[in-house]
Amino acid sequence: MSDINTQRRQFLKTSAGAAAIAIAPGMMLYQTAHGDTAAASSSVRWGMLIDTAQCKEGCNDCVNACNKENGLSGKTGVTDSQWIRKIEIKAVGSGHAVSLPMMCQHCEHPPCVDVCPTQASFKRADGIVLVDRHLCIGCRYCMMACPYKARSFVHETLEDQNPDVPRGKGTVEACSLCVHRIDKGQIPACAEACQNKAILFGDLNDANSEIYKKVRSVASVQIRADLRLNPGVRYQGL
Amino acid sequence: MRLLATLLLCLCIPLAWAAEANAPKLDTGKGGECVKDTQWMRKNHMHMLKHQRNETVRKGVRVEAEALKACVECHASTQDDSVTARADSFCVGCHRYAAVKIDCFECHASKRKEALANKDVK
Amino acid sequence: MADLSALRSMNRLYYVLLALGGLVVLGGAYAVHMMEHHGHIISGMNNQIVWGMPHVFAIFLIVAASGVLNVASIGSVFGKAIYKARAPLASLLSIAMLSGGLAVLMLDLGRPDRIIVAATNYNLTSVFAWNVVLYSGMFSLVIVYLWTMMERRMNPFNKAAGLAVFVWRFVLTTGTGLIFAFLTARQAYGSALLPPMFIVLSFAWGLAVFHVVQAAIYAWNEKALDPAILQRKKNLLGVFVVGSLYMVATYHFTNMYFAHQQSFELFILRDGGIYPNLFWWGYVVLGNLVPLLLIYMPGLGKSKCVMAAALLVVLGAFALLYVFIIGGQAFPLDIFPGYEVSSSFADGQIAGYKPSIYEFLLGFGGLAIAFLITTVSVRVLNFMPQDKPYISD
Repeated sequence: MSDINTQRRQFLKTSAGAAAIAIAPGMMLYQTAHGDTAAASSSVRWGMLIDTAQCKEGCNDCVNACNKENGLSGKTGVTDSQWIRKIEIKAVGSGHAVSLPMMCQHCEHPPCVDVCPTQASFKRADGIVLVDRHLCIGCRYCMMACPYKARSFVHETLEDQNPDVPRGKGTVEACSLCVHRIDKGQIPACAEACQNKAILFGDLNDANSEIYKKVRSVASVQIRADLRLNPGVRYQGL
Repeated sequence: MRLLATLLLCLCIPLAWAAEANAPKLDTGKGGECVKDTQWMRKNHMHMLKHQRNETVRKGVRVEAEALKACVECHASTQDDSVTARADSFCVGCHRYAAVKIDCFECHASKRKEALANKDVK
Repeated sequence: MADLSALRSMNRLYYVLLALGGLVVLGGAYAVHMMEHHGHIISGMNNQIVWGMPHVFAIFLIVAASGVLNVASIGSVFGKAIYKARAPLASLLSIAMLSGGLAVLMLDLGRPDRIIVAATNYNLTSVFAWNVVLYSGMFSLVIVYLWTMMERRMNPFNKAAGLAVFVWRFVLTTGTGLIFAFLTARQAYGSALLPPMFIVLSFAWGLAVFHVVQAAIYAWNEKALDPAILQRKKNLLGVFVVGSLYMVATYHFTNMYFAHQQSFELFILRDGGIYPNLFWWGYVVLGNLVPLLLIYMPGLGKSKCVMAAALLVVLGAFALLYVFIIGGQAFPLDIFPGYEVSSSFADGQIAGYKPSIYEFLLGFGGLAIAFLITTVSVRVLNFMPQDKPYISD
């Protein structure tokens, strides 16, 4: 009895050793992978300041640029994805009308991240709220929780996606602040496309950045500020 | 116990040999060695990609050579610019042979970037 | 000889029932396959109504699964003999409905193939993730509870298991209510009243389902339920129905009190087309008032009336859930309070929803799973309530 046990232990030890050897090269890679590229830094908080006075009613440049950059179809049916949309608003009492772009507000305390059962919704160190499509099971709870209706569900099979922007059926997606461009040092496609420069993109924590100074010098608001989510996108002229 | 292990090992050898003989002929595209040698990549590419995907998506660490995009750039067929279009395409050919489902290309592009860009122009 | 042929025809009926149940399950499997292949485009759900008909079925099954345990708890925790005799059947129904409900919920996911991800990547702040634990915990607890009832040697642990199930089911229904209660941005949800409301609803729905199944089993075995027991059960159902109506009324009243919720309440209760109709006719009249009449009206309240009342309560449950889940999403989200809004993404508009056949197939598939589990179990194990001569306690 005990002899068999010893033998079995020996066998288990050997196989464990063999398994370790098999995994070791992979682990080595973990080390070498680091080095030349930097991870997103928590000292940065990416954000936007949108000047609604500069945003023209009927102009869809930001939306079109987003669709092109991220490979969206641009269709606006009930099952089509819209990462950014133009909203026309009119105050009920005064009739004051404003046109503005609406997208993921990249909250500091995002409800979508709180409710996601699998940690697929997450906030990157630099404040960008993303969906990790490798973990998303498509439960759509984040869409229920988002106060801005920023998220869309991919209802059908997609083909020929942009290699920089993977997206696919059965998962939830939203504005990524063009994270693939930000990581290359570029600004989001919508901000670049806006002819009136209504969208100012930058690091809300960097005292030398234009957005930092402007947020401190002009009046701006966060949408649904009463929910205290502290969005990274602010609006001027509301 | 030892006898059993030995027996199993012996049985594996002809199987492994047979496997090598039937190995699929793949369209490796431009090919080349940018990360590690072929044997290593055969064995570990899935670990590398999974590790890389977590680092990139969640932390923003982007190592160009290890991105799936880079794999597709070199290994897509020179005829149809794809790693999945045909039975002997680089990814599909081997995965069919090994009977392992690939989940990557439901979301990731399986074609070269320039091929997709050209398609838009047309 | 006559007995034998009767037995044969019963046997045949049993297999016919199994085949019918199996057919409906197959229909559900077909819907899953189609939805897997084509995506949710073939369902009626869209980017505005993200949860649809499958969720109505799933939430009904899950809430009723927890409520039906009430019958068991009254027996095990509060020591009432006639309920104790029904605890095994109640537990079985709970397991069956939980299985059906969870199957629907899981198979409606965008990526049901990744269910393992849900089990291994756990977000502690997510009510959904809590519910994964609550559901699996309930499943195991009820199985243990059944074991303590059906295995003589485990009998001593029956009381403890019963208490654990009692506590767990309250937490579980609270969790179900919290899924909606935590959605603070949506006018229809985000109310602390929802968890207690779901608990009281679960009492009524669970008991109604229990009554229907019990009546079917008694008819099958050609037995009649003791009129005194029927009297007690129908009174309990009546009390639960009144209680749930009270909770639903309170929920709407409190909403109406807040000025910023009034437009939503007007939509759900008066202007919203199908939603007020389903609410008043489906839920209030058919799901509450008619059952109450059937139960309490002098001269009514017989076995058939109670059966009809129980079925109507179940029907009302579906009507209420449809109004609550789909109506709640159809009303536009108030992103800019005090502004009229319009956009390409249905901002400021009532969202449209037309459930597709696949959603119904999936939902009925879930019901059929519950039906099959119940039918097979009742056939192979002894779940028939064993009443001693009735003593009032």
